[in-house]
Amino acid sequence: MEAEQLEVLAFIRQWYPFKELPEEVLERIATEVEVAYYRAGTRILEYGDPVHDLYLVRCGAVELYRRNGELHNRLSEGNLFGQMGLLMHNKNRLPASALEDTLIYCLPESVFNELYEHHEAFSDFVEVGESTRLRHAVSRHQGANELMTSSVRELISRDTVSIGRSASVFDAARKMTEEGVSSILVLHEGGEDDAEVAGIITDRDLRTRVLAEELPSSTPVGEVMSAELVAAESDQYVFEAMLTMLRYNLHHLPVLHRGKPVGVVALSDVMRHESRNSLFVVRHIFRAQDADELATIADDARACFVRMVNEDANSHMIGSAMAVIGRSFKQRLLELAEEKLGPPPVPYCFLALGSMARDEQLVVTDQDNAIILDNGYDAEAHNAYFAALAKFVCDGLAACGYSYCSGDIMASNPEWRKTRREWELCFMDWIDNPSARSLLNSNIFFDLDGVYGHLEWAEQLNRLILRRAKRSPRFLASMARNALLRTPPLGFFKEFVMEQDGKHNNSINLKRRGTAPLADLIRVHALAVGSKARNSFERLNDVIEADILPRGRGPDLRDAMEFIAMVRIRHQAMDVEAGREPDNNIEPENLSDFERRNLKDAFQILSQAQKFLKFRYQPGRAS
Amino acid sequence: MVYLRPSSLTESAHAPDWPALFEERARTARDYRLQRFYRAGLPAPDTPLAEVPFVALDFETTGLDARKDAIVSVGLVPFSLQRIRCRDAAHWILNPHKPMANETVALHRITHSEVKEAPDLLQVLDDLLAALAGRVVVVHYRRIEQVFFATALKARLYEDIRFPVIDTMELETRFHPRRLGLWARLRGHKPVSIRLAASRERYHLPYYAPHHALSDALATAELLQAQVAHHYSPDTPLSELWL
Repeated sequence: MEAEQLEVLAFIRQWYPFKELPEEVLERIATEVEVAYYRAGTRILEYGDPVHDLYLVRCGAVELYRRNGELHNRLSEGNLFGQMGLLMHNKNRLPASALEDTLIYCLPESVFNELYEHHEAFSDFVEVGESTRLRHAVSRHQGANELMTSSVRELISRDTVSIGRSASVFDAARKMTEEGVSSILVLHEGGEDDAEVAGIITDRDLRTRVLAEELPSSTPVGEVMSAELVAAESDQYVFEAMLTMLRYNLHHLPVLHRGKPVGVVALSDVMRHESRNSLFVVRHIFRAQDADELATIADDARACFVRMVNEDANSHMIGSAMAVIGRSFKQRLLELAEEKLGPPPVPYCFLALGSMARDEQLVVTDQDNAIILDNGYDAEAHNAYFAALAKFVCDGLAACGYSYCSGDIMASNPEWRKTRREWELCFMDWIDNPSARSLLNSNIFFDLDGVYGHLEWAEQLNRLILRRAKRSPRFLASMARNALLRTPPLGFFKEFVMEQDGKHNNSINLKRRGTAPLADLIRVHALAVGSKARNSFERLNDVIEADILPRGRGPDLRDAMEFIAMVRIRHQAMDVEAGREPDNNIEPENLSDFERRNLKDAFQILSQAQKFLKFRYQPGRAS
Repeated sequence: MVYLRPSSLTESAHAPDWPALFEERARTARDYRLQRFYRAGLPAPDTPLAEVPFVALDFETTGLDARKDAIVSVGLVPFSLQRIRCRDAAHWILNPHKPMANETVALHRITHSEVKEAPDLLQVLDDLLAALAGRVVVVHYRRIEQVFFATALKARLYEDIRFPVIDTMELETRFHPRRLGLWARLRGHKPVSIRLAASRERYHLPYYAPHHALSDALATAELLQAQVAHHYSPDTPLSELWL
């Protein structure tokens, strides 16, 4: 009997996971649907009720509760429930009530079982809670492009060219010419170390260290090679190798596999592979002759951001690349400042704070920076120089699209130019006597990274923070409290119904309510376990390793961070492409239901993680 | 489904003694299909709604005049107060043996060639009556289904068909009277629309595209569930609703 349920079919095919099923399966599902109406306020399922259907909200709103009566979730059109009961002995776990007048499409157990067995998209979706579904979304996104999974090893196009360290520079030059390479690896000879890399010699080294120095061609390569080897591991991602090269200003990067050389990657290889992105921007930055020229590169930086998004880079790659670009702007501005103002009267270290220090920078960002001055600094004699230097850099950054910090946490503010000793005392005070004001700063200052000058001073400060914060429960408790100030926008998605503060907002600030609170709470855990990492993902790895989170929560957090960050990144990329000024505010109506659903899951994970943070660092709790 | 302005919806709704009528017809009906239909009987008038087996029924027709126009499609969905079962739904396109005006074609999107190849009502009557037997028919604006069905059978079998219905449109007039008091009219109140889509909206039911017999039957079934949830109770006796 012909009975195609037009309206039912049209509805279910809009939603995950049905969306992913073949049309003929959908047509059959539609004919199997049973419909039930629930008036607002009525119970749909009690705890322990037998469950023999999968429930799909056709319209209205449904609330799920935990056994203790606490609200577990609010569902709206297109959301499913009852799957846990179907998977767990047909016994309902989460009581459900109609919050509004609600129409439910019920899929009988037999259909559920069949879909579950034969359609992976379906089983993946219903299988477990929101965290697994989110992981699926993240990994599927990552699988979308091979760029993400390309390792350095894939860039190696030829066998390693190497020579023993006692060979002469003449031999090296001849071998390089024969092989047509611009660098050669120098190996240890004899003993167990045989075939291990001792160093590297490049065309440029032969020019600057041999010819220009008038050394004889018989000089052993071991004497003129670069011995402090910066190398990549063969399974590192291409983008990591790229960042290493940028950071150390290298043109050749040896690639090692378990300590043995497997090849050399040249900058040109990376450029060909990574094609046209951040490298070019960085090169342009360092070639800019003045601040005005630098400002013209800001557009390139945005274009590079959009390209990376379109090439499906993950948030870590994008955040790192944009941070490298941001650092480069700073470095070049400082070089230009020193050219203009003359050499600094005392040594200093220019600091990046906040998202740039965490390698989590995007296109919408303000500048947070500071200066560490040598202890020999004399305010009367030297202040004018550093004030001018800081002003030059901050103004330049503003011209390059990095807006001034609204909280005035910038090197141009004399308060944030302190000597090494002053900084140490300052941080010790913040940690030992946490106050409301220091807490406001802590979010920014506790992510700090040296950008220019005496970088080791930044590292020393970081080490001090690490040592001290870890054994200061009061400080950690204050940081934890601080990390709870920004809450996820739960309750947004079913407008009117979901909005709990009574206001009907139209947008969510994904930074303020998503990535920032996540970074905050990850920082607290990282400080507690003494992690040296600054990037949130890397911090999270250390936190997971330290095993202080409940099982599974660490990976959940990573996925939540990645997902929210990517929605934010894509939103900004779309703004840039459309010629709009990018921001952090997304309108949920403009998201796909896939994104909406996963975003909601991610926020729920953040919310859970905040609850745990509160519990773990409450004052007086022995940890 | 209903594309006319109902003129006489306020006619008094005194239900006949349906069980007695069915018993009598079971004896007197000549057609074997009708005999079977009446013999299946009806739920007792005092049956609580929660226990009544319903079937939502909808006809699409070539026009509004049962003497001139004919049925082009039939949709039905069996249901209870708890569940509407799409699995047992049915939909037939029928040959009306009448020219279809282009505007009706546009309305229910059944084409001339579709109906030419379609069976006559008599060919599906057995299945149709089997689906209705023993159930209480639910319609939105009963005159279409009752009158067209009776007229079509009379033309073919020389006997009509009678059965009780619950009319979701008539129920709406109970809660939202069509005739407003003088005071309400003076204050500029207009009677609410009791068309299917408008009625559904009042219960926050989703919009379904109208004029497909099966969708309309489903829409009607959902509407009755909603009306009972809001205005009656599962214990309300059937006799309060049927006509």
